[in-house]
Amino acid sequence: MPTRIEKEARPETMLLNMGPSHPAMHGTIRIMLELDGERVLNSEVEVGYLHRGFEKTCENRTYFNLLIYTDRLNYVSPLINNLGYAMAIEKMLGVEVPERAQYIRVIMSELSRISDHLTCLAAMAMESGAFTVFLYKMKAREFLWDVIEQTTGARMTTSYIRVGGVRADLHPEFETALKKAVVETRKVLKDVHGLLDKNKIFINRTRDIAVMSPEDAVAFGWTGPCLRSTGVYYDVRKAHPYLTYNSLDFEVPLGERGDNFDRYMVRMKEMEQSLRIVEQGAGRIRRTPAGVLAQAVDPATAIRTSRRQKIKGGVKLSPTLEGAEKDKYKDILSADKGYVVPPKDDVYTTMEGLINHFKFFMKGVGIRPPKGEVYFSVEGGNGELGYYIVSDGTDRPYRLHLRAPCFHIVAALEQLIKGRYVADVIPTFGSMNMIGGELDR
Amino acid sequence: MEETKILDLLKEKFPGEVKEVLTSLGDEVVIIDKKALLSLVTYLKNKPCEYTMLLDLSCVDYLGENPRFEMVYHLFSLPRNRRLRIKARLGEDDLRISSLTGLWKNANWLEREVFDMFGVHFEGHPDLRRIFMYDCFEGYPLRKDYPLRKRQPCIKFRE
Repeated sequence: MPTRIEKEARPETMLLNMGPSHPAMHGTIRIMLELDGERVLNSEVEVGYLHRGFEKTCENRTYFNLLIYTDRLNYVSPLINNLGYAMAIEKMLGVEVPERAQYIRVIMSELSRISDHLTCLAAMAMESGAFTVFLYKMKAREFLWDVIEQTTGARMTTSYIRVGGVRADLHPEFETALKKAVVETRKVLKDVHGLLDKNKIFINRTRDIAVMSPEDAVAFGWTGPCLRSTGVYYDVRKAHPYLTYNSLDFEVPLGERGDNFDRYMVRMKEMEQSLRIVEQGAGRIRRTPAGVLAQAVDPATAIRTSRRQKIKGGVKLSPTLEGAEKDKYKDILSADKGYVVPPKDDVYTTMEGLINHFKFFMKGVGIRPPKGEVYFSVEGGNGELGYYIVSDGTDRPYRLHLRAPCFHIVAALEQLIKGRYVADVIPTFGSMNMIGGELDR
Repeated sequence: MEETKILDLLKEKFPGEVKEVLTSLGDEVVIIDKKALLSLVTYLKNKPCEYTMLLDLSCVDYLGENPRFEMVYHLFSLPRNRRLRIKARLGEDDLRISSLTGLWKNANWLEREVFDMFGVHFEGHPDLRRIFMYDCFEGYPLRKDYPLRKRQPCIKFRE
């Protein structure tokens, strides 16, 4: 079937396919360009190459099980996706989250935001020829991911932020790692500012190219750094404060012209603000006590002993459960039973613990929000990441819809590249931070 | 302007079309007749309500109920920092609703997505085609009666 542009194209022009297998299209998008020489007369953006039926899958999974699918939406900042989902369910259930868990969530989502912006700008810089910047930013991202990996156990598919709190407490070495990551990221940001801010090649390719007016940005439903680059002040963290963002001190950087360079600059400045938030958050939570309990017994002994008498002291958990010991639960997870995974120490040694465990994971029981619907959004790496969930009272959502920020942003690509050169398509596309998993769902 | 006033205003302005006004979990919801969508949303977009942004647009399939489908619109007002949810029911026999592409540019792709997933027709949409699925795809995958594991390969599997 001929596409729209094939039908509309004039006979004397050339049609060129960019993507889906083009290094600058990140593998998941296709832009058909109608060219007159090097000018883009018209274009058509085709998405859907990474469509995995996220929403359909979620309708057939329990509320607890579908958390892992949210990791795979914006795979550069999975923690924010987890957060948005968990908070939407918490809004439905009315769950209170302990303060420490809230700060951990703030720190984790800001770390993800930095890594998201780093990845976006790294790719954008590399595609416009600045390979050094790419390597520097990837280096900084490694440090951030080390921090994330240390606590969550995974670099990308974290599933760390859960309904009611977080999966485990911070790693005992967290503060040292974080300090190092913050210092290294600052260094990289300074280097990148030095490399790109007054770089003639970079400025020529980004300044005043693909200019978005604030009116159009609003009409396209842009949010996040892309909207703010046009000078519109809207940040979900400020407009509808969630977690402890109200008590934290940070600014929302704005751009002036809404061109590629502004989108780059706003992201750079936002990373500095995020580092500020991370530092404040880390200063406010108390230090984590050293992990394993001194008198903990190993699980086999605990199970054997628990047949005769109640276990005193803790049970040594497997290293994968580090930070999720029972005595840490009051700090990291909500006290409401039935919404959080019962502590493994209890599950192994007591009857009630085992029953709670089964009741949590059994089909048709588990987390069951009351009938109704909810919309909750957080500030993701790309903008407002909203979950619209309809519950029919069972253990799986009747309908789950994701408001993906980059869906709205990429929708404007056709307008932005119209009348520009082919070479302008690449930095424009790079500055949008298209993430296939989130765009195509 | 206070939110309650806006909701009251809507009731006054569109007495027959606004079916219900309620607050659910802190979100303001207006349930309307689908015929009134375009006029009501145009009114909301301009002063005094100033819902300048179309945040989201989706559909829910209530299989077994009549009317079966429900369109859900989320509007956001930048100057007043308020969200509003608008819901309108669509019957299976008449799956049509007016398109919002004239008011918001992102409605173009959002409506294509709903068309792709649910088969809702948007009247006045300039380019209503599938967006995620391929052209030869049959059926509407997010409908409740579409089987979860059904496969429709474009090219036949090798034996």
